[in-house]
Amino acid sequence: MRVEGKGRIDRSRPVDFHFDGVKYGGYAGDTLASALLANDIRLVGRSFKYHRPRGILSAGSEEPNALMTVGEGAAAEPNIRAPMQELYDGLVARSQNAWPSLKYDVLEANDLLAPFLSAGFYYKTFMWPKSFWEGVYEPFIRRAAGLGALSGEANPSMYARAFAECDVLVIGGGPAGLRAARAAVEAGLDVILADESWEMGGRLLSETEEIEGQPAAAWAEAEAVSLADMGVRMMTRTTVTGAYDTGVFGALEKRGHHTPHRTDAPHEVFWRIAARRAVLCAGALERPIAFRNNDRPGVMTAGAVRSYVNRFGVAPGKRVAIFGNNDSAHQTARDLLGAGVKVTAVIDSRADAQVDVDAPVITGGKVVGTKGRLGLEQIIVDENGTTRSLMADCLAISGGWNPTVHLTCHMNGRPVWEPSIASFVPAEGAVPGLSVAGSAAGIMDTFGCLKSGAEAGAAAAKDLGAKAPKLPTPHASAGTYQIEPLWAVPGKGRAWLDFQNDVTVKDIKQAAQENYASVEHMKRYTTQGMATDQGKNSNVAALAILADATGRGLPETGTTTFRPPYSPVAIAAMGAGAQGKGFAPRRFTTSHAATIKRGAPMIEAGLWYRPSYYPEEGETHWRESCDREVNWVRNVVGVCDVSTLGKIDIQGPDAAAFLEMVYTGAFSTLKEGRVRYGLMLREDGHVMDDGTTARMGPEHYVMTTTTAAAGQVMRHLDFVHQCLAPELNVSFISTTEQWAQFAVAGPRSRELLNAVLDTAIDDESWPFMSCGEIGVAGVPGRLFRISFSGEHAYEVAVPSRYGDSLFRLLVAQAEAMGGGAYGMEALNVMRIEKGFITHAEIHGRTTAFDIGMGRMISPKKDCIGKTMAARPGLVDEDREQLVGLKPVDPKVSLTAGAHLYNDGTSPVAANDQGYVTSVAHSPTLGHDIALGFVRGGRDRMGETMRFWDGLRDIDTVVEICSPVFLDPEGEKLRG
Amino acid sequence: MRFSAWEILKQGLTGNKGWTPHWRSPDPKSAYDVVIVGGGGHGLSTAFYLAKEYGITNVAVLEKGYIGGGNVGRNTTIVRANYMLPGNSEFYSHSLKLWERLEEDTNFNAMHSQRGIINLFHSDGQRDGYARRGNQMLSQGDDAILLDNAGVREKLPYLDFDQTRFPIYGGLYHPRGGTARHDAVAWGYARGADMRGVDIIQNCEVTGIDIEGGVVKGVQTSRGPIRAKQVALITAGRSSQTAAMAGMTIPVESHILQAFVSEGLKPCIDHVVTYGMGHFYISQSDKGGLVFGGDLDFYASYASRGNLPMAEHVLEAGMTLMPMIGKAKMLRSWGGIMDMTPDGSPIIDKTPTEGLILNCGWCYGGFKAVPGSGYSTAHLLATGEHHQPAAGFRLDRFRTGRGLMDEEGTGAQHNLH
Amino acid sequence: MRLKCPICGERDSREFTYMGHASMLERPAPDAGDVVWDDYLHNRENIAGVVEELWQHTEGCGAWLVVQRDTRTHEVLGVKLAREVARAG
Repeated sequence: MRVEGKGRIDRSRPVDFHFDGVKYGGYAGDTLASALLANDIRLVGRSFKYHRPRGILSAGSEEPNALMTVGEGAAAEPNIRAPMQELYDGLVARSQNAWPSLKYDVLEANDLLAPFLSAGFYYKTFMWPKSFWEGVYEPFIRRAAGLGALSGEANPSMYARAFAECDVLVIGGGPAGLRAARAAVEAGLDVILADESWEMGGRLLSETEEIEGQPAAAWAEAEAVSLADMGVRMMTRTTVTGAYDTGVFGALEKRGHHTPHRTDAPHEVFWRIAARRAVLCAGALERPIAFRNNDRPGVMTAGAVRSYVNRFGVAPGKRVAIFGNNDSAHQTARDLLGAGVKVTAVIDSRADAQVDVDAPVITGGKVVGTKGRLGLEQIIVDENGTTRSLMADCLAISGGWNPTVHLTCHMNGRPVWEPSIASFVPAEGAVPGLSVAGSAAGIMDTFGCLKSGAEAGAAAAKDLGAKAPKLPTPHASAGTYQIEPLWAVPGKGRAWLDFQNDVTVKDIKQAAQENYASVEHMKRYTTQGMATDQGKNSNVAALAILADATGRGLPETGTTTFRPPYSPVAIAAMGAGAQGKGFAPRRFTTSHAATIKRGAPMIEAGLWYRPSYYPEEGETHWRESCDREVNWVRNVVGVCDVSTLGKIDIQGPDAAAFLEMVYTGAFSTLKEGRVRYGLMLREDGHVMDDGTTARMGPEHYVMTTTTAAAGQVMRHLDFVHQCLAPELNVSFISTTEQWAQFAVAGPRSRELLNAVLDTAIDDESWPFMSCGEIGVAGVPGRLFRISFSGEHAYEVAVPSRYGDSLFRLLVAQAEAMGGGAYGMEALNVMRIEKGFITHAEIHGRTTAFDIGMGRMISPKKDCIGKTMAARPGLVDEDREQLVGLKPVDPKVSLTAGAHLYNDGTSPVAANDQGYVTSVAHSPTLGHDIALGFVRGGRDRMGETMRFWDGLRDIDTVVEICSPVFLDPEGEKLRG
Repeated sequence: MRFSAWEILKQGLTGNKGWTPHWRSPDPKSAYDVVIVGGGGHGLSTAFYLAKEYGITNVAVLEKGYIGGGNVGRNTTIVRANYMLPGNSEFYSHSLKLWERLEEDTNFNAMHSQRGIINLFHSDGQRDGYARRGNQMLSQGDDAILLDNAGVREKLPYLDFDQTRFPIYGGLYHPRGGTARHDAVAWGYARGADMRGVDIIQNCEVTGIDIEGGVVKGVQTSRGPIRAKQVALITAGRSSQTAAMAGMTIPVESHILQAFVSEGLKPCIDHVVTYGMGHFYISQSDKGGLVFGGDLDFYASYASRGNLPMAEHVLEAGMTLMPMIGKAKMLRSWGGIMDMTPDGSPIIDKTPTEGLILNCGWCYGGFKAVPGSGYSTAHLLATGEHHQPAAGFRLDRFRTGRGLMDEEGTGAQHNLH
Repeated sequence: MRLKCPICGERDSREFTYMGHASMLERPAPDAGDVVWDDYLHNRENIAGVVEELWQHTEGCGAWLVVQRDTRTHEVLGVKLAREVARAG
């Protein structure tokens, strides 16, 4: 029901919205919750377990009941807190967890079964018969559980992440926060003030009190304008969600929730704020009191009632009763009366309470029950042992206020029990660099909040070496906060603590009875505090009841841990930018455009894209293209972009000594103009990577790494140099991106090159494993005579800016000669034919010994990994060793990942003899070939093995052979 | 008291007043046959199987805080037997068999749910690696199915098959894999052990280990000295500290692993799904929360909490893989302290001190191992012999290089996993 | 978490790569024996408290750093260049 003349809503801007398919009206400045209340809608949801009718409990992000799905189609967003959802024209909201409708929910039957669904009941049953768990019980439980539903469609909204830095981050824009920000900004500091609402002011926006003689809300508004003018970064709609190490805070800014959905601007921004100091002014949250059936729609916290009346101009009921154990509740009655709303009774549980309200007052009384199926109709009050019913459609409860200590717990801080407010306050220094002010620190009057905020801001400034002016505290209400703890009203029936998860006082007591007496056990056993509000409304009361049930005091009982985020954060916000291709950078070689133009399917190689094969007209299967490309290289010439291999330029007088430290082999003996294969070990003695290194000059080497390990090798070289051998005078840098490099391979590769090189080459001056500077079409480049195909081959490198044109030139030449470009498939076939290893073989667990390169570990010098490679377990003759494998029946297809067993033995783990790492169809040999590892395999050449791939139903026989299937003497390579 | 539907009915009709403690809170006796240091999943399951399988009931489990308060109560609840390397493969295979009779053994519903795990792969190379793994699983007697792209589409139609950065080639499907209600595992073992006479002693911190002439004699605790014929250190997350009490420096570094849960949602993810190109795995709890995690934060820590970079990475991976979860909201994040060993595999072994057993180094995979680890540790305590499925988990494998189990292939030295 | 690189200044931890305990700087001689090597590569004090460890400013200058840090609180107490620590031996 709307109250005339009240609230900060804009009555000149009516707004239409839909709830559960029905159209309603509200005003700009409303929240979804206030607009629903204005339309007299009290039933807004259903609880988790018993599907009890639920109404709006709060006016903030701690709301446990009024969770709704907002938006439509893919943009629909479940579990939106109605009190935080700003109303906009055309907003569509739906209730959740009710079927077929909110009013008639079938699963309300659970409520009747409540005696059998007490705490932890599911641990004690659903065990028979065993197969029923996955088939019957679990699907039923899953369907009944959960709140809202995801749309099932890909997220259509834009999300962003951003970094910010500041001197002082002030968290919360209420009275304390506004003053903290002022103190810090007047000290000349860079200040961010963040608040989860769309306007600064916090509770001041919801109260009728005055500051400096003007309405508190108006004062807050003016103060916010002034702070913004002074350069404070005002981050409204921004919740600081987490406190992390060294002054980093996570914060979620909601940018698109108050407008119709759009896709051209961020819906939310997740901020990482690095702050040198922070002041937590997050206020306090009011807690309900547990009594029988205290969960009906219409039961609301007293502060929320004031918010709806004062800030939104809405009366949540026509006849409101008030029940509290502290003075703050009385103001609710005065505000309601001021708005012309009938106050049925003010019930204060304290016998000696002074209640200065012009309404019926019951001191020393308690609400012991309620009536009303889908909404509150009556309350039952106990006054000195006699009960009576009172008509009320809204009950405002205040069980006291809990300081919002959450962020101070994110770094394992434990809050401290403060008896004077019957709640927990933050521990001193719980988060380094963060101080706490205002009601978050347990200061419950406005004057005190203003004062402590200014002091905390000034202290933060002083800490940073700035001088804060002494701010006079504005005139505001001061006073002491009087409370007498009342957690649960004694009596029969179920009294709710955790409204969403349906945890009652009885459940806590039962947990204690079953020895779930530790607070963490109680929480986990009953699910108390595990709902979407993470116990913001219920934890302290639950702890008190557990303390009572176990005969301990509250401080000894302790608390559960608050962990980030303070309020939930959309996965799309924290993972912003990654949807689709954004997850990782895309790296393209210089030949990418030309390759795409040729229709080559691209595959991912680490972050790079490389061509799988280059299809030609009439080819219908990748194997056809691949076989053709292999035949080109084996018989004519092929061109392949190999720029993705890591290239590290190494220079300095100690370059050779450095290489000897990281490679197993000798490099000081490598002559200028020559290339050598190198094997690199990890310190644990296993192979890290391999590649060739060319000596370009007396103190200049160029190392290549595999594509996959380029980054790892670079880091390793940095480690070895800086940490183990800082005395070596050597420098190196990754030049992978600076050079475009192409393999030109095949019997006619030299002929092709001579068509493009400035100076022709011959075999005599360019033997196998030679290197040097050359000119290509007038561009200075490098040439390496190395081969990964087993053919007479070269790799030619030019600065990247010439890569595209060189690729086109080389491919055109090759095509003119009857060859052409080849891709990864052909490259892979040819390297398997030659028994060249990749990370399929050097998969991290193989040693030099395993791959037949044990002799490459030079006995004359130390190198990384040498000592550990000599451990007995790493040189055991029975280790699995690299071998070639060929099918006994040449028509049979082989698969990588198959396991090997002795012929005639069954394929069980105990008989395992090895496995297959790489498989290819060799067009040259006309059958499949494979590389793999077999126990003691080098001594088992010619033996047949059972080849078993149970996943793909392949069971055949293979023969162990040399891993070099073609040209074992390397004549083609050298010729 | 035996739990059953009838018991629930009976108690429900009498106001649920008759429920009794699931385990006692006894004062420690002065001596036990076996003292287990650590009331986590592994310690409790060790006590349970000692009592159940080996009839050794004069046993105390000493827990510094509350039982199940370590990693068994803060993990992503995945249960699987999809290991590739000999040593691991048979151990997890055995452990999964114990999971399959857990409820029967403990009379406590841990909601072990064999909903199936799908490990996605995104390249031919990854497929080959998963094929090797899957064949190992089959040869171990477990189940594995290699799905191609179409097979994954059928099971997980909500993945991004078209726009994602690293296309989905297929997946290794392990139907018997799944999840369990993590706390209930600890509680079920505790209750089962307690019923068989084991003393579970909470709030009892071990402050020293008494060793005389190379033989363990007992422990010093915050509740006084306790003599013991055998002591088992099963204190993942604090292994280095308890080992140090026995004069050992062990091959463990402590790291943080974060995990996350979303608000409750109606059923949308029916399996456990892991991403192959980033650190992300996910399942949906029976309560409706999406439970997901990733990789270590990558710095040594005892703080039980993480930082944003890895959290963001995990959510990024989720977004590229299954953008339908974008509007699900992360409700809570937490961190556990992982015992990271050099090769990523655990240790169950005797120590140089006679009568002192060490169980540690479960890295980020301890939850699924809970039954198997307890069984094998109980076997070692009871018989003095290594239980065959766990016989590879030796402490000296790093020195000798024999039987290293670097499942990820990233290296058998620290900080590479 | 933020670390102060002696070369680049204070940066977010996501620019750095962690590599474990700073004892990795003290590489044993090749013939030091298996026990010494086992200790070097595998066994760790793994202190819950202040430790010295290696980080690299991978996404920045590439410098390896010796960072003094409390593993209980993540408080960073000091950062030095590893090459200087290694040179000082």
